[in-house]
Amino acid sequence: MMQTIAKTRIAALVSGLLFGAGLVISGMVDPLRVLGFLDVTGTWDPTLAFVMGGALLVTLPTFQALGRLTKPLFAEKFALPTRRDIDARLVGGAALFGVGWGLVGLCPGPALVVLSTLQAPAFLFVGCMVAGMLLYQFTME
Amino acid sequence: MQIAEFSVATGLGGGLLIGLAAALLIVANGNIAGISGIAGTLLRKWDGSTVWRLLFVIGLLAGGVLVPWVSGTPLTMTVDVPTPLLMLAGLLVGFGTRLGSGCTSGHGVCGLARLSPRSLVATATFMLCAAVTVYVVRHVAGA
Repeated sequence: MMQTIAKTRIAALVSGLLFGAGLVISGMVDPLRVLGFLDVTGTWDPTLAFVMGGALLVTLPTFQALGRLTKPLFAEKFALPTRRDIDARLVGGAALFGVGWGLVGLCPGPALVVLSTLQAPAFLFVGCMVAGMLLYQFTME
Repeated sequence: MQIAEFSVATGLGGGLLIGLAAALLIVANGNIAGISGIAGTLLRKWDGSTVWRLLFVIGLLAGGVLVPWVSGTPLTMTVDVPTPLLMLAGLLVGFGTRLGSGCTSGHGVCGLARLSPRSLVATATFMLCAAVTVYVVRHVAGA
């Protein structure tokens, strides 16, 4: 009988694997494709809408049916956000993220995946992203 | 309106895999598959959750290596942004996703599925700001 802790670790690894594979297969690791979706007045690339739609096709029914489980399969409780208020941090943070995303076309998931190209811009971007996360921690928490 | 060449099958198929990844993490472990939250927490404190967070990130990277290897199509990345802007963008993405409690995965893929009002507002905000940024870069400054 495998220990529960080992099961949670395998589940996390498999989840990451599926996530990374999905990002590559969908083409969302290509910043130009993402910028093509955001460029609504240019030559528009609808791919991101299909990716988001495909993901929601699975997550929407899953999260909506989550109440039927008293607890996760391998853990004691669900770690779900409970806040429902809209505050300045939420909107301001999303706005700053949006500007950064629009400048290059990389959000955190694809940014980590493209490290495997071993190209310098990928490392520079992720390095600055990590610096931005640390800056938040030291100034805003 | 001009439409770029695109593939419904790979877009939808890749999206389904991303959805499966998020569904697995919440059903099995009770955790939200938000990349900025998982990575940001790794930078913040090491505790009982560190190992699964690290394994998720390792899986993410491995997925990005395995698919190009199996398919025989190497992963390439084209960035035509001046270095200072690339660095600024990285800082904004890191800082903004932590301040706003999530990114495209946590707010978009998971939060929208939970019908969370915060995630709906955050997703609309970063989509709009990203589209405006692209418009300014490509059609105002670059024109």
